Amino acid sequence: MSSTAVQPPQWQQEIFKVLKEGGVHQIAYVPDAGHSHVIRSAIADPEIQDVVLTTEEEGVALVSGAWLGGQRAVLLMQSSGVGNCVNMFSLLQSCRFPFLTLVTMRGEYAEFNPWQGPMGKNTQGALELMGITVMRADDPENVGEIVSAAYDAVFQAGEQVAVLLSQSLIGRKKWERN
Amino acid sequence: MSKLDHTIDRREFVAKLIAQLPDALIVTGLGSASYDVFAAGDRPENFYLWGAMGGSTSLALGLALAQPNRSVVVITGDGEQLMGIGSLASVGAKQPANLTIVVLNNGHFGETGMQQSHCSLGTDLVAVAKGCSIEDAFHVGDIADTAKIAERANARAGTVFAQVAITAEEPPRALPPRDGVYVKNRFREALGFKPF
Repeated sequence: MSSTAVQPPQWQQEIFKVLKEGGVHQIAYVPDAGHSHVIRSAIADPEIQDVVLTTEEEGVALVSGAWLGGQRAVLLMQSSGVGNCVNMFSLLQSCRFPFLTLVTMRGEYAEFNPWQGPMGKNTQGALELMGITVMRADDPENVGEIVSAAYDAVFQAGEQVAVLLSQSLIGRKKWERN
Repeated sequence: MSKLDHTIDRREFVAKLIAQLPDALIVTGLGSASYDVFAAGDRPENFYLWGAMGGSTSLALGLALAQPNRSVVVITGDGEQLMGIGSLASVGAKQPANLTIVVLNNGHFGETGMQQSHCSLGTDLVAVAKGCSIEDAFHVGDIADTAKIAERANARAGTVFAQVAITAEEPPRALPPRDGVYVKNRFREALGFKPF
């Protein structure tokens, strides 16, 4: 850990702002570097329950339970996690639960690890096959606006929406440690 | 302790338990557990799963965090809990004081032809729950112990996990409503939430 505080990327700050101002009370996650600011902020916020999951499908059920209990919740994961959720997504369609997930992408941009490719390249397809609307954010300038639009569609119109956060937002992963 | 004789009648046990939980929000796993809960008397504060196998404890965790002043009780089977075994670790990490998990353990996958489950083949879910830091986890081998579970659930003083040694007999099916939108909306209405 470096002792100098590094400012998190603006787009990650904007995501948390949308969630916080929108009244999210539960943030469930399987971590990813691209979600690190939102996760840290959720842990630090006494009004938000942060829930770490062992697998992403738990989060699909958890955010549905939160809605049953009158709270708004979101699920953070990386693209590999979408594959883990597929059958659990049927809960959303069967009960028409509002559902918002933010998905950091792997396997699509300057990817070093070929094992990320098969799921990363089929993440959008898997979501759409299960009836979830997919939005994409590639430009750091637009992340806040797109997440905000997804947020409204979910909690105003009751939709099921995934926002894919492009791997290019996060940049190249450094594999060699000095 | 995990090798209790499986003598408890599931229907009778669930009916006795729920009679002592008038204010609880109840989430069922799919299959026989949902039939048992429905047979005890349909109520809007019951949320029945007909699918989403492995999700009952996670759904109840989200509900329990959202409704800290209500007792939330999961009633599910050993097969359903096994599929979502990691959710016990997530519950352990949060320690919701108002969540009680009741696993009706017949050691078999009843809905699919009574194949043996892991709970007949060595897995002890009470040990798993304790290993996930759910300290108040115990086996139940006597129908009189419904009172022990209900007292804890109603007290909302810590996460509870009870594994109940039921017989592998299958009572007649009692089918809860399977229109998920209806079940969701009436549950929310019972909590005072309007449709948007």
